[in-house]
Amino acid sequence: MDFISILSIFVLACFVGYYVVWSVTPALHTPLMAVTNAISSVIIVGALIASAEAGEGLAKWLGLAGVVFASINIFGGFAVTERMLAMYKKKERK
Amino acid sequence: MHEVAALPWPVALAYLVSGILFILALRGLSSPATSRRGNRFGMAGMAIAVVTTIATHKFLDMAEIIGAIVIGGVIGFIIARRIAMTAMPQLVAAFHSLVGMAAVVVGAAAYLSPLAFGIADPATGEIFAASRIEMGLGVAIGAITFSGSVIAFLKLNGNMSGKPIMLPGRHVINLAVLAGILGLVAYFVTDQSGWVFWTVTALSFVIGFLLIIPIGGADMPVVVSMLNSYSGWAAAAMGFTLHNTAMIITGALVGSSGAILSYIMCRAMNRSFISVIAGGFGAETGAADGGEAKEQRPWKRGSAEDAAFLMEQADNVIIVPGYGMAVSQAQHVLREMTDLLKEKGVNVKFAIHPVAGRMPGHMNVLLAEANVPYDEVFELEDINSEFGQADVAFVIGANDVTNPAAKTDKTSPIYGMPILDVANAKSVLFVKRSMGGVGYAGVDNDVFYMDNTMMLLADAKKMVEEIVKALSH
Repeated sequence: MDFISILSIFVLACFVGYYVVWSVTPALHTPLMAVTNAISSVIIVGALIASAEAGEGLAKWLGLAGVVFASINIFGGFAVTERMLAMYKKKERK
Repeated sequence: MHEVAALPWPVALAYLVSGILFILALRGLSSPATSRRGNRFGMAGMAIAVVTTIATHKFLDMAEIIGAIVIGGVIGFIIARRIAMTAMPQLVAAFHSLVGMAAVVVGAAAYLSPLAFGIADPATGEIFAASRIEMGLGVAIGAITFSGSVIAFLKLNGNMSGKPIMLPGRHVINLAVLAGILGLVAYFVTDQSGWVFWTVTALSFVIGFLLIIPIGGADMPVVVSMLNSYSGWAAAAMGFTLHNTAMIITGALVGSSGAILSYIMCRAMNRSFISVIAGGFGAETGAADGGEAKEQRPWKRGSAEDAAFLMEQADNVIIVPGYGMAVSQAQHVLREMTDLLKEKGVNVKFAIHPVAGRMPGHMNVLLAEANVPYDEVFELEDINSEFGQADVAFVIGANDVTNPAAKTDKTSPIYGMPILDVANAKSVLFVKRSMGGVGYAGVDNDVFYMDNTMMLLADAKKMVEEIVKALSH
């Protein structure tokens, strides 16, 4: 892919992010931070490639360390978001 | 010109799908009703990205990879289950630091082994020029996110004083280090030697540390949002380096999300982003006018029984929680209090200022944890006009966000900040530890001295417990 195609994806995604995030209700801003944390750990993809393709040596171990860090975030981030979201309840109508 | 090879189309398509699922995850947060479904979309997106990557690469040792994922997953899962809701700001800061660190190690691995990522010329081993810039910036942003988040974590967790730490000449030092980083990244294009790469990394760790130490506790909502944004840009920069659409889309989403939250927080304090970054808020002002010169104004002290009596008689009560409620863990007993009041036919609502607490939405989560229904909790602009009709405004652990000086006193450091107009209520009950402390901005609050204000001086949780006792008689 050439740089311009990648840049186009990036810029359009920034716009999508802008509109989507403004529509998030302020009550859910803490879960928003927790879930953005989890999804930004998609960087695990890079860590996986490093640990697969880098052969032996330092690069591979750095990749594996990256996989551990990102996994903490992915599992921790999604789980804590789930836990928070489960607490938001509506008034029980009698 | 050398170019990074394109991904095979099914792989590229899978990454695109996970990017879209991440967008839907954030979209779900527009309402608590759809939020959990959104979170599942996020998990699905992540699963697709991880499985696609594992399926399309040859691993020397699959057990190592699975082991690394399991170790990380178990640690993350245990933390997520055990963490107290009041500790959420620290946890988010800690998670940001991990994203930053992951970006640094991925960047370092890409530098050490560029052929593995297809970003170097196989014949000469030279990394493509564009990839060098992307890699340099990605590692720099990742390192700043890491060390900045570590400091934010230490401050939020109380391991480090929340007071701003001011180094002499810090603006000059910071600008010099930033210029050094950018200069070296530019130089990296012409010379891919190790010292350039590692110096950029080291300087970025240092600048992240320097940037956050002068920022005080009250500005933490902005800092946490800002680091959230950085963690996104770090992921995006790595996405550019590795030409991975899932990483680019996600990084852009997270980056904009954090930027918007920072903007909302700054607006809610009427401060510019630059002044927050410059730091030092709450350091000088307290010392400047905190002397004996201040007049002693009369104020009224109330007891838990008085407070219970006033609220029982009321038709409408609005509760204004702040960071003090979180510190003393008063949210559960506060819910008991509102239940008792509701049984007595009192209409109770909660009013939340955007910067109440230490991160965006902090109060909402604590109230949700205490089983307060979310449709009884209102944002500043939705409820502010109702204080005029309220019989009692019950302020618990908040201070600066109720200070009328923000509207009237042009010299006040909080001038221009939107406030909750508790002073308009028929009476104000103000739960506070002592008359001594004057909030983080270091300014006195006229509400304390109003005729219709009763100060309830005690630990927030103890006071509410006593009010509950008095109400249940």
